[in-house]
Amino acid sequence: MKERAERVGEVILALDGVSLAFGGVKALSDVSFDVREHEVRAIIGPNGAGKSSMLNVINGVYHPQQGTIRYLGREYHDMDPHEVAVSGISRTFQNLALFKGMSVLDNIMSGRNLKMQSNILLQALRIGPALREEMEHRAVVERIIDFLEIQAYRKTQVGRLPYGLQKRVDLARALAMEPRILLLDEPMAGMNMEEKQDMCRFILDVNDQFGTTIVLIEHDMGVVMDISDRVVVLDYGKKIGDGTPDVVRANQAVIDAYLGVSH
Amino acid sequence: MSEDLSGLDTFPKLLLHHAKVRAERPAIREKDLGIWQTWSWRRFADEVRSLACGLAAQDFKRGDHLAIVGDNRPRVYAAMCAAQCLGGIPVPLYQDAIAAEIAFPIQNAGITHALAEDQEQVDKLLEILPQCPTLAHIYYDEPRGLRHYSQPQLMSCDKLLEIGADSQRRVPAFLEAEIAKGAGSDTAAMFFTSGTTGVAKGVVLTHHSLIDRAQAAAEMEGLNDTDVVLAYLPPAWVGQNIFSYAQPFVTGYCVCCPESAETVMMDMRDIGPTYYFAPPRVFEALLTQVSIRMEDASALKRSLYRYFMEVARKVGGDILDGKPVGALDRVLYRLGDAIIYGPLRNVLGMSRVRVAYTAGEAIGPDLFRFYRSLGINLKQLYGSTETSVFVCVQPNGQVKADTVGPAVKGVELSFTPQRELLIRSPGLFKEYYKNPQATAASKDAQGWFHTGDAGYVDADGHLKIIDRVKDVGKLADGSLFAPKYLENKLKFFPFIKEAVAFGHGRDRVCAFVNMDMEAVGNWAEKRGMPYSGYVDLASRDEVYDLMRECIEKVNADLATEPEIAASQIHRFLILHKQLEADDGELTRTSKVRRLHVGEKYASLVDAMYAGRPVVHVEAQVRYEDGRTGSISADLKIRDAKTYAPAAAKKAA
Repeated sequence: MKERAERVGEVILALDGVSLAFGGVKALSDVSFDVREHEVRAIIGPNGAGKSSMLNVINGVYHPQQGTIRYLGREYHDMDPHEVAVSGISRTFQNLALFKGMSVLDNIMSGRNLKMQSNILLQALRIGPALREEMEHRAVVERIIDFLEIQAYRKTQVGRLPYGLQKRVDLARALAMEPRILLLDEPMAGMNMEEKQDMCRFILDVNDQFGTTIVLIEHDMGVVMDISDRVVVLDYGKKIGDGTPDVVRANQAVIDAYLGVSH
Repeated sequence: MSEDLSGLDTFPKLLLHHAKVRAERPAIREKDLGIWQTWSWRRFADEVRSLACGLAAQDFKRGDHLAIVGDNRPRVYAAMCAAQCLGGIPVPLYQDAIAAEIAFPIQNAGITHALAEDQEQVDKLLEILPQCPTLAHIYYDEPRGLRHYSQPQLMSCDKLLEIGADSQRRVPAFLEAEIAKGAGSDTAAMFFTSGTTGVAKGVVLTHHSLIDRAQAAAEMEGLNDTDVVLAYLPPAWVGQNIFSYAQPFVTGYCVCCPESAETVMMDMRDIGPTYYFAPPRVFEALLTQVSIRMEDASALKRSLYRYFMEVARKVGGDILDGKPVGALDRVLYRLGDAIIYGPLRNVLGMSRVRVAYTAGEAIGPDLFRFYRSLGINLKQLYGSTETSVFVCVQPNGQVKADTVGPAVKGVELSFTPQRELLIRSPGLFKEYYKNPQATAASKDAQGWFHTGDAGYVDADGHLKIIDRVKDVGKLADGSLFAPKYLENKLKFFPFIKEAVAFGHGRDRVCAFVNMDMEAVGNWAEKRGMPYSGYVDLASRDEVYDLMRECIEKVNADLATEPEIAASQIHRFLILHKQLEADDGELTRTSKVRRLHVGEKYASLVDAMYAGRPVVHVEAQVRYEDGRTGSISADLKIRDAKTYAPAAAKKAA
C-alpha cells in the first residue's frame, strides 16, 4: 500500500457486541469490530449477511438492542441520523438518494445544509451574511466538483446522468459535509469496469488527500481486497473474519461462506 | 491595429512590450473551480520571468529543448515563453499521445527538461525514463495525486517559480540580458508532425517565421487586443499554437483556456470568442446536434426553423459577403436573425465570432454554407506545420466553398508539372530536426517547399487543393484525374457514404458507390419502399436513380471547372457491401485504400469499362468474430449523364 498523508491512527469508532433483531429475525448478532482513523475499512459478506444493517446501525437509522458503539471515545445510544451526521459521519446510498429533478450543483450544495448558519429568511432573499455564506459553501462544493471531475455536469439535472455519474454525485454530496468518517454503501454496484476503476481511484484519493476514514460495503471481492486496509466479513449476521485482506482471504470460514460448503 | 512592433523580433520581447503597453489588459484566462481567472499581461510576464529564472537555475541553457506535455493552460503557455526567454526551444507534445509516442521526440532532441500538466502526463514521462536517459528534470503544474512520488527528477512548478523568484531577486538584470540576446532567426519552437506516413519529424520554426505569419494574418483580419479566442485544441498542434500563442503575442488579444475537455461547449458560451477555429468535423458535429434538437422541438418551432433556414440559405451568404440582396429578403433575414439565427448563434457560442476558420480537410459545401448563412463569417484557410500555418486564407467577401482562397501577403505559389503545389514564404520552416535528408527532399535549393498536395489556382486567383500528388493520375488523353476530389464531392451527399473513383490510364472515369445505409434506409421508409437488407436495398432501381442524380449533380459541377471537366463520372455501380477496415478496404482512420479496392474488385472495374450492364460478384466477408462468409449478388452498372465542359476560360 502506498504511503499516505496521514498514517492510520487511533481507533475512532468501535462497535462492541452489537446485536440487532427485527422481531424474530436476527440481522446482527454480537458483532464487534473497530475502525481506525484514516483507514479504509471494508465490510463484506454474501447477500443478507447484515452488511447494510451494520451501516444503518453506525448511521443511527437502526438502534441495536444490545451492544455499544463508541465514537471518538464517547458511547452513543439512540442517536438519530441527523445527530450522527452532525457529529461527522456521512454516507452514500446503495440505490442512490439524490434529488433527481435538481442540478448536480444543487444536489451537492444540499450536502452543505448542516453547515449553513444563517436563517432561512436571509437565505431565501440571498442577502447579507447568507450571500457571503453561500459563496463560501459554493467554493467548497467547487473544489469537490473539481476533485471528482464532474465540471461538465454542474448544471445538468441529476436524473439525466448515467448511473455511474449519479454515483459520483452521491459521493460528492457526502463529501460536501466534510465528514470525518465516510460510509459507502456498495459504491461500485451496477458499474462497468471503467467506472469501477474511477470510483476506486476517487475513494483512495479522498482517503489520501482529505484523510477521511472510509467504511465501505462491497460485493466485488477484487475491489475490496485491492483498496482496503482491513476487512470485516459477516455471514448470517455474525462476524466470521476480520483482518488485513491477506488474512481474510486465507480464512477458511470466509472461503466457505463465499464458495459454499457441503454440510 | 497599427502598433509599432519593429525591433521586437522574438516572442519574449513582444511579451515585455505588452506587459508595458497593456499591463492590465487580460492576456490569458482559465476557468478554475467554476470561475474564470484572468492573468493580465503584467501577471503573465511575471510568471514567465520567474519560470525562466527557475529554469536557468536548474541548468537550462541556450539551445536546450523543453518538452511540454499538457492541455491548454496558462502555465503551459508561460513555460513556452520562459524557455524562449533563455534561448531555449519549447517542444509541445500531444497530451493524448501514449508514452511510447512521446519517447521519440525526447530521444531525438536529447531533451533534458520537461514540463507536464498533471499526474497523467508525469506517469507517461516516468514510464519512458529508461529509454530517455537524458531526461533529468520533470516539472508538473497540477500537484494532485503526485504527493507521494519520490523520483528525484520531479519538481512542482510552484517550487520552480519559487527558485526563479529567488534567483531573480539576487541577479535582477540576468533575464533582461538573456532576452536581449535573442534574435528573430533563432529557433522559436519545434513541432512534431504526426507520423501517419513514417516516422515523426520535428519541424523547426524560427521566431521570425512564426511572427511574420501571425502578423500577416492578423493584419488581414484586423485582429486587435479586444479579440478573444478559446484554446481548445492540443497546444502541440501548430495551429493552436498560432491562435493561442503567436497571434496574441502579436496583437495582444486574450486567450481563454476551458475548464476541461468536456466543458468546451459551455465555456465557449461563457466566453463568446470573436476569433474561432475548428476542423470540419467539429462543425459537422455541431450541426448534427442542432438538427437533432430541432427534431425534438415543437411543431411551431420546427416550421419556423425550416422556413427561416430556407431564407438564410437563399440570401444569408450574400448578405454576409455584402452582395446586393432584394429589400424583402433583407427584411425577412432581419426577422429570422431576431428569432432564429441570433439565438442559434448564441447556443453555439458564436454570437460574437468575427472570423472563424476551418481547415485540415475538405468541408462539405452545404455544411460550409449553413454556418455562413447564419451570419457566421466562416472561412477556409490552407497551411501546414512547415509553413507556420498561413499560406492561403479567404478574404472577407470573397469566400467560395471549394477553394481555400488566395495567397496571404508574402507567400508565393508555384506548381510542378505534376501539379504539386510549391510554396515560398517567410513562414517556411528552417529544417526537419536532425533530418537533413527529409529537409532536402521537401525544401529545394531555391527555397520552395514541396507540399505533396496537388492543386491549381482558379480564375479568381484562389488556390484549389484537389488531392495528394501521389494519388493524382491522368486519363488516357492526358487530362487530370484527381480521385479524392471526386470522391469528396460525392461523399458530401448524405446518401453516399463512400465512393471510389477509377480512371488513371483509362479513357473515362467510373466509380463505385457505397450508399449510406441510414440515410438511404430512411429515405426508403419514407417512400414506403420495403427492403430486406443492405444488399437488397443497394440493388433497387430507385436507389440507383437516387445515386445517379447525385453523380449527375457532381458531373454538372465538374463541367464548370475546365481543369477537371474530363473527370466526369461516366458509369457507376453500387457496391453490395459497405467498405470496411476489417476487410482491408479502408484504413483505420476510414480512408479508402483505393489501390487495394481496385485489385480486390478488379472484375467489377473491368465490367464497368467493358460496358456490361450487370456483373455477378461473389465476395468473401470477414465478420467481427473472425469467421468468414461470402456474399453473392448481381450488381447492376448504370450510366450517368455527363455534361459538355463550360466555355473554357482557361485558368492560370
